[in-house]
Amino acid sequence: MFAGFMLHTWLVATVVALVAGVVGLFVVVRGSAFAAHALPLGAFPGAAAATLLRLPPGVGLAAFALLGVAGIARLGRRGARDVATALTLVTLLGLGALCLSLTSEYSAAIYALLFGQVLGISARDVVVTFALGAVALAAAALLYRPLLLSSVSPDLAAAQGIAQGRMDLWFLGLLALATVMTLPVVGALLVFSLLVGPPAAARAVAGRPLAATFLSAGIALAIAWAAIALAYVSNWPVGFFVGTLGAAAYAAGRGAAAWRSRRARQAVAGAA
Amino acid sequence: MREPGLQTSDPGGEGALALEVEDLRAVLGGRPVLNGVSFALEAGRFCGLIGSNGAGKTTLLRTILGLQAPAGGTVRIGAGPAAGPRRGPPAVGYVPQRVLLDPDLPLRARDLVALGLDGHRAGLPLPSPARRRQVDEMLAAVGAEAFADQRVGRLSGGQQQRVLIAHALVRRPPLLLLDEPLSSLDPGSAAEIVALLGRLAAVQRVAILLSAHDINPLLGEMDRVVYLARGRAASGPVAEVVRGDVLSDLYGHHVDVLRVHGRVLVVVAPGGDVPDPAGHATVVGGREA
Ligand SMILES: Nc1ncnc2c1ncn2[C@@H]1O[C@H](COP(=O)(O)OP(=O)(O)OP(=O)(O)O)[C@@H](O)[C@H]1O
Ligand SMILES: [Mg+2]
Repeated sequence: MFAGFMLHTWLVATVVALVAGVVGLFVVVRGSAFAAHALPLGAFPGAAAATLLRLPPGVGLAAFALLGVAGIARLGRRGARDVATALTLVTLLGLGALCLSLTSEYSAAIYALLFGQVLGISARDVVVTFALGAVALAAAALLYRPLLLSSVSPDLAAAQGIAQGRMDLWFLGLLALATVMTLPVVGALLVFSLLVGPPAAARAVAGRPLAATFLSAGIALAIAWAAIALAYVSNWPVGFFVGTLGAAAYAAGRGAAAWRSRRARQAVAGAA
Repeated sequence: MREPGLQTSDPGGEGALALEVEDLRAVLGGRPVLNGVSFALEAGRFCGLIGSNGAGKTTLLRTILGLQAPAGGTVRIGAGPAAGPRRGPPAVGYVPQRVLLDPDLPLRARDLVALGLDGHRAGLPLPSPARRRQVDEMLAAVGAEAFADQRVGRLSGGQQQRVLIAHALVRRPPLLLLDEPLSSLDPGSAAEIVALLGRLAAVQRVAILLSAHDINPLLGEMDRVVYLARGRAASGPVAEVVRGDVLSDLYGHHVDVLRVHGRVLVVVAPGGDVPDPAGHATVVGGREA
């Protein structure tokens, strides 16, 4: 599994996991899990649309992800974020149903985009993923403090001159970038688990923002690597392992936090 | 009829003005909420902003902050220019009426205070000795050292209130606005927070404007008051404003001010501005006895 043709897979998965872990922390702190669920699902039909127009699938993914960002941000400006997200999602899925019905011959590629594909990653894919990953991580680092404050409390952020609408747009942009990178590897149905499982586990254990961010990236990395190794050995889809390992990481994080607080209680009881 | 809005603080006051509000108007949802509110506040003053539910306290504070555009009038903060929609972080600390902090936030109390210092800046919150010293000083000033390293979402209401005050003050703004910071506190904690604010005003020369619907918890510490009703304000030293004739003008109805055991009861006769379906006398700005 460390053969030359797998090298591209390891490289791409590493970058994708780091980005998903970092962006995912903001998803969880912001309480935007629904958007993190809707954007990958809504972006997926873009690949079908792209094949219909004889464009690379990645172009379609990016175009539909941006449509999703625009829809959620524009409709969600007056509150009612969940409704805006749902409306955007069903619109994109409707477009997807149409495109899919017109492109039945590409069903294998479509299946790979739904459940993930770790083989056949070209050198060009690796370069593009590294470039996008560098942009995503640099943007996350630059936006870190204002994005964190606006996620903690929009009112506190506004009092410091941080406009909520602009932060929303930046956040959704980051999420779209992470989606477009992650989707071809782990599949549209399972991007969500890589975006939410690791940060949810990290936040249960780490009480500081930077520590939680790094831990989240680390857990995402471990999940991605383990999923690829297991998929290679077992020949089962990588998405299966990403999904189950994501849920397991979250359960382990909660368990560790509960165990620590019980230890703390026992220490208090012992001292008294 | 006397204009309640024009009653401002003592003319011989020597302190520099921290806040000057002139003929401020605000419209929300097509309805006028503030109808020409004027008052001024000097550095180091502790001022209560009193009004019943819906009187426009939150609207006034948000307009001063520049979060809401005024329909008319001016707000002047410190020696700065009159405020329209402002750019960049304003030099005003603000504790909003409701701040819901998720108990699972990976954020310690000291992290939230640090975000008050540089949350608007780009880049990662890397530790630095200068940053840590400023945060530690502020945590000590509000008496929050004991829980500085706990997750802020898991602190009690009163503890969170202290952390939020530290968050608002850590950049040392000359003006601090607090929107009903006492509403979820028991009387003991409320008294502690009020005493803390009194100290901050006196020692750090911060001008404090604190909204509340009950004047009594503030009586010992506050030296100025702004009463808000019918979109207008009566303001000045407590003894000059909390009087039957002044408040009767403001409410447009006969109002009695009763002082009982060092507490103040403001009683509006039936039919006054305050909604009172039962038609009984209504107590405003004083706890119902
Ligand atoms: N977004 C809004 N759209 C329309 N009207 C609003 C809006 N926000 C507030 N109002 C109205 O403006 C008036 C003043 O509201 P405001 O929140 O300033 O009152 P308040 O004095 O802070 O009340 P409370 O003590 O309940 O906090 C109320 O009548 C309210 O119904
Ligand atoms: Mg209010």
